[in-house]
Amino acid sequence: MQYPPDVRIIQVPCTGKVDIIHLLQAFEAGADGVFVAGCLEGDCHFMEGNLFAKKRVRRVKEILDKVGLTGGRIEMFNLSAGMGGRFAEIVKEMDERVRALGPSPIRASKGAAPRPTREVTA
Amino acid sequence: MIRAVPKPLEEIIQYVNDYDKLLIAGCDGCVTVCEAGGLKEVKILGSALRLHFAQANKPVVIDETSLTRQCDKEYLAQLRDSIDNYDAVVSLACGCGIQFLADMYDTKLVFPGVNTSFMGVTEERGVYSERCQGCGTCILAETGGVCPIARCSKRMLNGPCGGSDKGKCEVSPEMPCGWQLIYERLKTLGQLDRFEKPVDPKDWTSSRDGGIRKIVREDLRI
Amino acid sequence: MNVTTPSKIEKLLAAGHLAVTSEVGPPRSADGHEIEHKGNLIKDHVDAINVTDNQTSVCRLCSLAAVIRLKLMGLEPVLQMTTRDRNRIALQSDILGAASFGINNILCLTGDHQHFGDHPKAVNVFDLDSIQLIQTVKLMRDEGRLLGGFEFQVKPQMFIGAAANPFAGPNVEMRVARLAKKANAGVQFIQTQCIYNMDKFKEFMRLAVDRGLTEKVAILAGITPMKNVGMARYMQKRVPGMDVPEEVVKRIAGVPKEKQADEGITFAIEQIEEIKSIPGIKGFHIMAIEWEEKVPEIVERAGLYPRPQVN
Repeated sequence: MQYPPDVRIIQVPCTGKVDIIHLLQAFEAGADGVFVAGCLEGDCHFMEGNLFAKKRVRRVKEILDKVGLTGGRIEMFNLSAGMGGRFAEIVKEMDERVRALGPSPIRASKGAAPRPTREVTA
Repeated sequence: MIRAVPKPLEEIIQYVNDYDKLLIAGCDGCVTVCEAGGLKEVKILGSALRLHFAQANKPVVIDETSLTRQCDKEYLAQLRDSIDNYDAVVSLACGCGIQFLADMYDTKLVFPGVNTSFMGVTEERGVYSERCQGCGTCILAETGGVCPIARCSKRMLNGPCGGSDKGKCEVSPEMPCGWQLIYERLKTLGQLDRFEKPVDPKDWTSSRDGGIRKIVREDLRI
Repeated sequence: MNVTTPSKIEKLLAAGHLAVTSEVGPPRSADGHEIEHKGNLIKDHVDAINVTDNQTSVCRLCSLAAVIRLKLMGLEPVLQMTTRDRNRIALQSDILGAASFGINNILCLTGDHQHFGDHPKAVNVFDLDSIQLIQTVKLMRDEGRLLGGFEFQVKPQMFIGAAANPFAGPNVEMRVARLAKKANAGVQFIQTQCIYNMDKFKEFMRLAVDRGLTEKVAILAGITPMKNVGMARYMQKRVPGMDVPEEVVKRIAGVPKEKQADEGITFAIEQIEEIKSIPGIKGFHIMAIEWEEKVPEIVERAGLYPRPQVN
């Protein structure tokens, strides 16, 4: 299976585990694009995890649009574990899309975005 | 509990755009339950603001915290040692907490990060509906446990009006008619005779109309 | 019934006649002449003329000013008052104002929610509801007292009316129970929502008669002629609490466009004839909004003209 090399895969037991903050932090760290690949709808091993993921991806799109990053940099895809060919297609599609959008403005500006200097706990 | 919704991000960006040392302060109380202003939402807002400011090439400090509550001074006091590190605070507490925080740290700019809406219940995750308007003189014993002040669009005490249609309010087909609910409940409880007697005009002095409200419980004070 | 006020409607009813009332919609401007004009169109064919009060929450010249104008023209007006826009202070104040010009009829309404109208951003008041307003007018008229306790000598002499909607929820029995509640509060006449579902209306009247309500309250049946099939569909689908059976819409739709208005009028007249024979009916309230010029024809063809005179 051949697909563009500049994708970093992070495995999770279920896309339901992926939270909005994880997706945003990827962009803070300088990612040009993010995609979330979950099971086909109706086939989620944990029932609804992929449905939650879909909603969260949508919310991140809205946030990205509002902060000038473009919602197109993130996408949700659904496929089964056996669909290797489809996975390669997805990577290729996101790769093309993100290249067309250009590098993330976060990387383009000087250095990466600062992380919180400290979490103030009460 | 009190229900709120996050303010649109663009509005918050407008508030904070000119500042570079921000604290985002959430609340573990009501706004956590309705997922509008708890630590989770604080972190999301923090991240979004950092993404925004990174493109402006402006170094900003955006710190994140959530207090047990913002409506009690003991918890707000916990910010005392760090509050001077910031130009401005975005508080995601309800309107009560935001104001209390602003009162205590009155030299700091405090911005609301949520729109506080009503006192209500969780019908299911993500669906909250109003139940109480704090009129100060509860009549639930007379209406089978359904409040006409909060659940009738016209807060009638002798409803339903002529716009009640198949159990829905004339304002919207999704809105249940409060008086239909009262009717059904009174029927279940065998109290339909309550419908026959006119209810007199309400004394609104215990409500907002009577003026700014305060409860003083001498039995609780030393 | 003994008369309690100088109201012409009350006198006619007491003399055993069917009463006929109608309404005019005030203009959306400061043009008082439109009220005069509409009043003159119908004055000889009806016993009293309602002026609506910011109906459907659309801001119009107020009922109070319009009824004063009609009174000064020598006509018999019915002041309509909703509790949506005014608190008890303003309501009582306006009642005194109307009474100071000798207005003898009032229709007490809760009022349509403001989202229907052109000022959905406004606050609504609803300090009182229609039943509490009925109680208030009765208190002012019979005891010369305001809700706050103040006592006064020159009292409003108003014949108290309200609306009834036999077709709204939860069910017909409860609508009659609500009518009973209004009667308990002091209502003397009712103008119903416009009727298209004759079976349901007859059921409502039957229950009202059974409860003895028609002895205490004069029920005037609401009639609105359909102008065209668009109006019929709109009322069927878009007006809460309105019950328009499909056969009615089909009847209007079944004639060519240029004949639909006439068909609507004919149908209205047939309804009036049928309703005349329902026990407990004491008259009609003809609502021909923005079509006031048709009222004389309807009244004449329904055999209700000339109107009886009382002094």
